[in-house]
Amino acid sequence: MLRIDHLVKSFAGEKARGKKNKAQEGHAAVFAVNDVSFEVKEGELFTLLGPSGCGKTTTLRSIAGLEKPDSGTITVGDRVMFSGGVKGGDRAVNMPANQRGLGMVFQSYAIWPHMTVFDNVAFPLQVRKRADRPSKAEIAERVERVLATMELSPQAGRQATKLSGGQQQRLALARALVIQPPLLLLDEPLSNLDAKLRESLRYELKRLQRELGITSVYVTHDQVEALALSTHIAVMEHGRVVQLGRPREVYESPSNKFVAEFIGTSNFIPGTVGSAQGGQHSVDTTNGRLFIESGSDLPTGSDVVVSIRPEAVELSTESRAGQVPNEWHGTVVARAFLGDAVDHVVAVDKHEIRARVNPSVSFEPGTQVYLQLDPTKISLVPVG
Amino acid sequence: MTLTSPPVRAEERTEPTGSTGASPSRRKLPLSPKFFIVAGVAAAIGYLALVPLGYLLWGTFFDAEGFDLGGFERAYGSGRMGELWGNSLAFAGGSAFLSLTVGTTLAYLNVRTAVPFKALFFAASIVPLIVPGILYTVSWIFLASPQIGLLNNFLEPVFGTAPFNIFSIWGMIWVEGLHSSPIVFLLMVAAFRSMDPSLEESALMSGATRLQTLRRVTLPLVRPALLSSVLVILITSLESFEVPALLGLQNGIYVFTSRIYFVFRSYPRDLQAAGALAVSLLAIAVIGVIIARLLAGRGTKTYQTVTGKGFRPRPLDLGKWRPVVGAGILIYFFATVVGPLLVLIYAALLPYYQAPSAEAFASFTLDNFRQVFEMDSAGRALVNSLVLGISAAVIVMALMSIAAWISVRSTIPGRGIVEQLSFVPLVIPGIVLGVSISFVYLRSPIPIYGTLLILLIAYCTKYMPYGMRYATTSMTQISSELEESAQVSGASWWTTFRRVLLPLLSPGIMAGFVYILVVSFRELSSSLLLYSPGNEVLSILIWEQFENGSFNVLAAIGVLMVVALVIMVTIAYKLGAKVGLRED
Repeated sequence: MLRIDHLVKSFAGEKARGKKNKAQEGHAAVFAVNDVSFEVKEGELFTLLGPSGCGKTTTLRSIAGLEKPDSGTITVGDRVMFSGGVKGGDRAVNMPANQRGLGMVFQSYAIWPHMTVFDNVAFPLQVRKRADRPSKAEIAERVERVLATMELSPQAGRQATKLSGGQQQRLALARALVIQPPLLLLDEPLSNLDAKLRESLRYELKRLQRELGITSVYVTHDQVEALALSTHIAVMEHGRVVQLGRPREVYESPSNKFVAEFIGTSNFIPGTVGSAQGGQHSVDTTNGRLFIESGSDLPTGSDVVVSIRPEAVELSTESRAGQVPNEWHGTVVARAFLGDAVDHVVAVDKHEIRARVNPSVSFEPGTQVYLQLDPTKISLVPVG
Repeated sequence: MTLTSPPVRAEERTEPTGSTGASPSRRKLPLSPKFFIVAGVAAAIGYLALVPLGYLLWGTFFDAEGFDLGGFERAYGSGRMGELWGNSLAFAGGSAFLSLTVGTTLAYLNVRTAVPFKALFFAASIVPLIVPGILYTVSWIFLASPQIGLLNNFLEPVFGTAPFNIFSIWGMIWVEGLHSSPIVFLLMVAAFRSMDPSLEESALMSGATRLQTLRRVTLPLVRPALLSSVLVILITSLESFEVPALLGLQNGIYVFTSRIYFVFRSYPRDLQAAGALAVSLLAIAVIGVIIARLLAGRGTKTYQTVTGKGFRPRPLDLGKWRPVVGAGILIYFFATVVGPLLVLIYAALLPYYQAPSAEAFASFTLDNFRQVFEMDSAGRALVNSLVLGISAAVIVMALMSIAAWISVRSTIPGRGIVEQLSFVPLVIPGIVLGVSISFVYLRSPIPIYGTLLILLIAYCTKYMPYGMRYATTSMTQISSELEESAQVSGASWWTTFRRVLLPLLSPGIMAGFVYILVVSFRELSSSLLLYSPGNEVLSILIWEQFENGSFNVLAAIGVLMVVALVIMVTIAYKLGAKVGLRED
């Protein structure tokens, strides 16, 4: 459905100035997007996830046509939206944003404040070329239908600015969907809402996306959002895709420390692979040997970082050595009640391990505890 | 907000704020200094704003025998009234249209597109600040007068006849429109900048063309700013005096301002007729403002849009239009900045004005400057201008910082009136203000007519609204909690004002101070009616040279004045940077 091949975008200003300005010569151009490729299949919700400045928004805006990449190709269906062109090959293509026919929801929603709710949604239909502009009645009908889907029908006549945050978000969505675009682009659409609303709209969004079956590209820096919504996630750092996979894969077996750190908190312990066979690893760490079940074999002797999610750690005052493969001993340093869980920080040798446990389990700081680590919930991250 | 007995120092500091008549009673009554300061400031503002208008109306409609419309009969009796109205409206409307179109287009290009030469825009935008209207007009006489204009000189061989005549209604519109277009530019730049670019981007994503986006999204969104620009420009062009006086009087093209001057200065002096014209002009200005307000009122729902981080301005690529637009901007820059300034310098160096030639360049001399420095009146005028500018700026900013507190922060009943009063002078054209103030002090027993003091009163009145705008803007930016926490800490009102509010206001006050200083240097229309020989200011000096026909000396004074203003504006910007004053 959507194909991105070797997309590159450097900040035009810096690059152009770099050529003229001697002082800037030698500095490499700043790449916002550096050789990004991925494919989104029909009906998928594909998420670009990463911290600010990682190039996710620039990638999205390049798809939208609001940003002109330096090279690469962007194809939606069988339409080439952008192509940097190849020497002696295809001609360069850059379809203007207003001819791509895609739907987009902006972070600020970009609801036009001088129009009513109805007019906001009708706009994309009204501005079509006379030849393919629907009749007034048809426009009204289509707007009404999409407003009904978004549960905004009662507000149709209202000034758009009178809507609440959640309604504005739905309006932005309605406006993007009214032309029935082949692809929907969403630029952090939930980031302007408060936590509670964000959660309920997250599920709402997922339901809608699934019901309408619309292919979507979603940009966010919120890993929870990404995990909850996506069919596939591309984690980006410094303009590159560092990991691409299903949410569970990305969470459970991060490809590097950055991904592990970015997607949820994690404990990192350096170690060396002692033996590996059929996904069964034994890793020597400063805290002792760990047995880990991981998807792919890593060569014996290679340096790794062991990533232990706080929720993969169980705490008890009694040792269960022999019954479980991995057990460490430590002292509780601090704890915090989080409502649905209790966070403990446990000192094990030189390391402090964060453990998130059921609220029924709670230990005073100073308590001697045993940490049991589930080998299936620990992941190995190669170093280097 | 109860107040404890005031600290001694606070009492001393109340003196300069002009709490009229408060001093004797203060020690006996347990009334707070706050009361007297507030009442004094309110009274001063009321006096400055209302008394001249009262005298103007009284002096125009009443004479020794009672109600009388003789002034109107004589003013309107000349039979050329239709022409006067026509010229005034054509001039104001035409120049407003020109400056709005040019200013808005330039602002859009500058903020929204990847247009070349962006630095030139802002250079052009400070021109009206450093080149007073009178000098700008004279420059255009040098450039496009049918007899001596350089442009005509160049083009006459091509067309066979002088193509430009600056001494016409079109010439007046051209000069006034160009001179005020930077005002529109600055207002609209602010509006375009504060608009979330994604509002336009989402229109593009909806499939709208560039033009549809501009028409259906961009322009409606900046409508409030556009209307307030219309308001400002309409008043500016209605009250413009320099352009119609210098360009129109020669060929008998009168607009209200120049006609008022003509009547005021002819003998025997008919003050009532001048008053009648002044009242008419005032009425036009007020009606104009009311209409613009009504229009704006319909559209000024302040569009608050949720804005996230995506606020990086992404200028639009102009593509193949870039060279065309770039050329247009260069032409604009040369027409508004380079041309007028160069021709002024050129004229200042010549013994008599002539077209450029080897001969002309050979005759370059500093003689004009020598003449200026030998002129008695020149030094006097400079001192007068400085004294008046600084005093007016100090008085206005002192009064207005209190007034801003009254209108923004206090809960005193009628506080809105104080603010509205301080904005009244905005609609009084300078020449009408001159007539009104002369009415007051010709009739009142206070012997200040013919002194510098009457000019000071005029300047304070005229610049009160600008001071108020600067002061209220900074006042609204200060969280009221800062003030409340000072009070909770036990500070009295005056201590709070002095120790907390004033320091926080100081960037705004400083900016207002410099602005008033700079604009008072260029003030001509009301000074011209109120000065008397011996207390000329710089702009009057230039006017006198114009009347004497000594254009080259005028150009020399002009060059010196522009240099002085450039220095002042530069200091202002540097100072602004130091006290943390930021544009937009």
